[in-house]
Amino acid sequence: MADIVLDKVSKSFPDGTVAVQDVDLEIADGEFVILVGPSGCGKSTTLNMIAGLEDISSGELRIAGQRVNDKAPRDRDIAMVFQSYALYPNMTVRENMAFPLRLAKLDKETIDRKVDEAAKVLELTSLLDRKPANLSGGQRQRVAMGRAIVRQPKAFLMDEPLSNLDAKLRVQMRTVVSRLQKQLGTTTVYVTHDQTEAMTLGDRVVIMRGGAVQQVGPPQELYDHPKNLFVAGFIGSPSMNFLHAAVQDGELHTALGKVPIGDRVRRELESADAPRELILGIRPEHFEDAELVDDDTRRRGMEFEAPVDIVESMGSDKYVYFTVEGEKASAAELEELAADAGAADFAGAGGNLVTRLSAESGVAEGQSRRVWFNLEKIHLFDPANGRNLTLHEGRAAGALAD
Amino acid sequence: MAVETTTRAKLRWGLLDVLVVVFALVPVLWIASLSFKTPATLTDGNFIPREWTLDNYRTIFDTDQFVRALVNSIGIALIATLIAVVLGAMAAYAISRLDFPGKKLLVGVSLLIAMFPQVSLVSPLFEIERQLKIFDTWLGLILPYITFALPLAIYTLSAFFKQIPWDLEKAAKMDGATQGQAFRRVIAPLAAPGLFTTAILVFIFCWNDFLFAISLTSTERSRTVPAALSFFTGASQFEDPTGAICAAAVVITVPIILFVLFFQRRIVSGLTSGAVKG
Amino acid sequence: MSINATPTGADVAAEETRRPAAVPKQRGGRRKPPLSENKKAERRLGLLLCAPAALVMIAVTAYPIIYSVWLSLQRFDLRFPDQREFIGLENYVTVLTNEFWWTAFGVTMLITVVTVAVELVLGMGLAIIMHRTLIGRGLVRTSALIPYGIVTVVAAFSWRYAWTPGTGYLADLFSDGAPLTERASSLAIIMLAEIWKTTPFMALLLMAGLALVPEDLLKAASTDGATAWQKFTKVMLPVMKPAILVALLFRTLDAFRVFDNIFVLTAGGNETSSVSMLAYNNLIRGLNLGIGSTMSVLIFITVAIIAFVFVKLFGTAAPGSDDGERR
Ligand SMILES: Nc1ncnc2c1ncn2[C@@H]1O[C@H](COP(=O)(O)OP(=O)(O)O)[C@@H](O)[C@H]1O
Ligand SMILES: [Mg+2]
Repeated sequence: MADIVLDKVSKSFPDGTVAVQDVDLEIADGEFVILVGPSGCGKSTTLNMIAGLEDISSGELRIAGQRVNDKAPRDRDIAMVFQSYALYPNMTVRENMAFPLRLAKLDKETIDRKVDEAAKVLELTSLLDRKPANLSGGQRQRVAMGRAIVRQPKAFLMDEPLSNLDAKLRVQMRTVVSRLQKQLGTTTVYVTHDQTEAMTLGDRVVIMRGGAVQQVGPPQELYDHPKNLFVAGFIGSPSMNFLHAAVQDGELHTALGKVPIGDRVRRELESADAPRELILGIRPEHFEDAELVDDDTRRRGMEFEAPVDIVESMGSDKYVYFTVEGEKASAAELEELAADAGAADFAGAGGNLVTRLSAESGVAEGQSRRVWFNLEKIHLFDPANGRNLTLHEGRAAGALAD
Repeated sequence: MAVETTTRAKLRWGLLDVLVVVFALVPVLWIASLSFKTPATLTDGNFIPREWTLDNYRTIFDTDQFVRALVNSIGIALIATLIAVVLGAMAAYAISRLDFPGKKLLVGVSLLIAMFPQVSLVSPLFEIERQLKIFDTWLGLILPYITFALPLAIYTLSAFFKQIPWDLEKAAKMDGATQGQAFRRVIAPLAAPGLFTTAILVFIFCWNDFLFAISLTSTERSRTVPAALSFFTGASQFEDPTGAICAAAVVITVPIILFVLFFQRRIVSGLTSGAVKG
Repeated sequence: MSINATPTGADVAAEETRRPAAVPKQRGGRRKPPLSENKKAERRLGLLLCAPAALVMIAVTAYPIIYSVWLSLQRFDLRFPDQREFIGLENYVTVLTNEFWWTAFGVTMLITVVTVAVELVLGMGLAIIMHRTLIGRGLVRTSALIPYGIVTVVAAFSWRYAWTPGTGYLADLFSDGAPLTERASSLAIIMLAEIWKTTPFMALLLMAGLALVPEDLLKAASTDGATAWQKFTKVMLPVMKPAILVALLFRTLDAFRVFDNIFVLTAGGNETSSVSMLAYNNLIRGLNLGIGSTMSVLIFITVAIIAFVFVKLFGTAAPGSDDGERR
């Protein structure tokens, strides 16, 4: 077991693509770190550099305090699980799992014992003599995991290991991965595209965009205190709502009405080069049916009225979609996020407002409804560089903070 | 409707199957039948021999003419196959995995050669080989065979190589393999079926050739069986060479039948995978 | 598209405007940076690996074809080597005004057109049987491969003996005696032999196309009320078009080379010579290199024209349009 340190690690491909740029990251011994970001942001490349499958263009990679830039994968003692599982089709499950041990020249009994142990943990015992072609997706995935754990490596690297599974299996395997990692306590770097995995699995999450790290932290921190527009939009499902906001006379003019701002944000906006246009971000759960809000709470937010588009009752609460008029928020980050999620999933910047209201709300499609939202939880972003203006010493404090 | 599929449709398909099988097998069975007939019954026109004999086979294996031709056929086809598969595998690997200028050109050139009228080469090769003193030698046949087998080898192998999950190479490295081990223990076993299939197809091609064999040879020194068959007339002093020709024909058909019986699936996949992408 | 600055690294607030480096970019829209060592090595390896195959192919085809153009411009009869001299296009005039040439050309064209047309129909049927049959698929495929694999000369002998009066089981099918001694019946038998031998190959190429037709599409067509024939013409044929063109092109050029069957069945008698047969006879029997080479060149040109017409007619659906996509 070991810690892994990336020190200003960059990767440029022969064709000129800079896939990873100056990544600094310290992964503690036994830690479970998630790399997440849209497709093509350099996650796999980063992982492959840690694995030794790609050369590092510049910077330093240290595993257990040792510089390993020039070491072959086999000398790094790291196991990897691939998205395609990469099982050897000509070998049985047993032979697949034994392969790394055979290469390590262990004796036959030890190999058998270790394979049997690992198979038991992953409930593969009855499948040991099958070929990968005769396994289901979930079983193949478990074999891939098995092959990684048999030789008790210093670290696990996993590149979207669950993304080829169907939704239900994915949930199931997620808990398997999580339990396994806790049991073994092996340092793990896990790449995913799926933000549910990102939120639920890791100790810390690294969000990447265009080869650069955007923010590193525990999942809840990224959710509550996103450093920029990209992180805010990427984390959360349904995603944060983004609205255009114009700064005028110490207030924000938005499609939801005039939003007051507190001293701190005002000070930020006073400087000469401060933006005149902002992007207002509100998470769906920070809305509530105005009828259900008590007076004490009501004071911390404001209300608006809008026509109800669609109501989706989830049982525990209701997702309600409102149509709002007004200028759309626009920023490169939002376009990118929409492109990555597929426009359907990322309603964040459209004319639609996604809210998550209490189940008791009597809201119905077609009517117009008064809705309250929490001003202490809103975020303001500079559209030019995406910076979160409500962030103070790493904490988001809403628009009203003094 | 489901019930109907099981009985009526099966019957219909079955009939069609029988038709295909008969269509494909009758000429082969016919020549086999002739080869087992005695000289007396040879001209009775019966599809099934009335008197069976192995004399025709004894005759051909007793004559140097046939044995020599068989050795030539086997030797030339094997050598040409080996070389074509090795060269083809190198080129196919480059085409399917590497980026380099002239790749399209190579693909285009091999396509042109696949369509090339072989008879156009007969006259110039005849003259060139005479000047180079390789006329009527194994080499004189092996060279054109390699040339015309290469497009086939390159196309088939590229298709196979593109299907190999090269990720496995990475996986093997992560599992502690060296570059050499990754190739030997993971990639090579996966590439072997493709190479083998290609070798069969190329061998069939070389085994089959008649035009070059009859144009670029003049003696028994390098004449292959297909070419030698038409020289069986009179040379063996028997009144009628039909029985001997048929026996020789059956002998050179045996390897083809074996290939087809044992490797049907591979041959079909080899021919079709190459065809999908050209 | 202009990319806005994104804060990177740990200290967001202090970070200056920076362009993310690997912003999503379009394939093909890449500007060409100077080649790195890595890339150069890859190119070198690629060329090195292809060189032997390319050299052999070119040495054995390109040089001889050029040489044969040179030979075709000479009077060059191996029986009279002293009379060798440069005579320009005289050989071409000789060949192109010779009725044997035109007869052979007509025979070749006839065989090509008829066999390819028949093979397309039979091959399609065979492909469908091999692809869809409910029982005995392995048996059908194995049987179909036998004509493909068998030595053409062997098959030709089988056909020859089948039609030889007295010996053959087919000889009495037509009352008037020896079919291989009359022109029309000889040609028919040659075509039969060709069709028998190459239909399976056609069928395999077409089967590759059949495999590309999505099952769901056929099911959808069925639920939309299409008949079997409509499914074939409206759903399967369009998807199979590229495969059909490839098969047609290859078979047409292959049929044009017809030689083995004629050699064994009629030896070119009764005006059944193909152009290949004629060229062979002039060279090996006649030892006339000049005339033989002239015919070689003419055949080459004809094949080039056929290929060109195919490609022009059917555009880039022709094979070999490798997209060079890396995996
Ligand atoms: N071998 C390569 N050559 C050139 N560019 C590459 C190569 N591999 C990846 N890239 C580029 O590097 C960027 C990051 O890729 P990757 O790390 O695979 O992203 P992801 O986050 O989806 O795993 C992408 O823009 C990709 O196109
Ligand atoms: Mg990836």
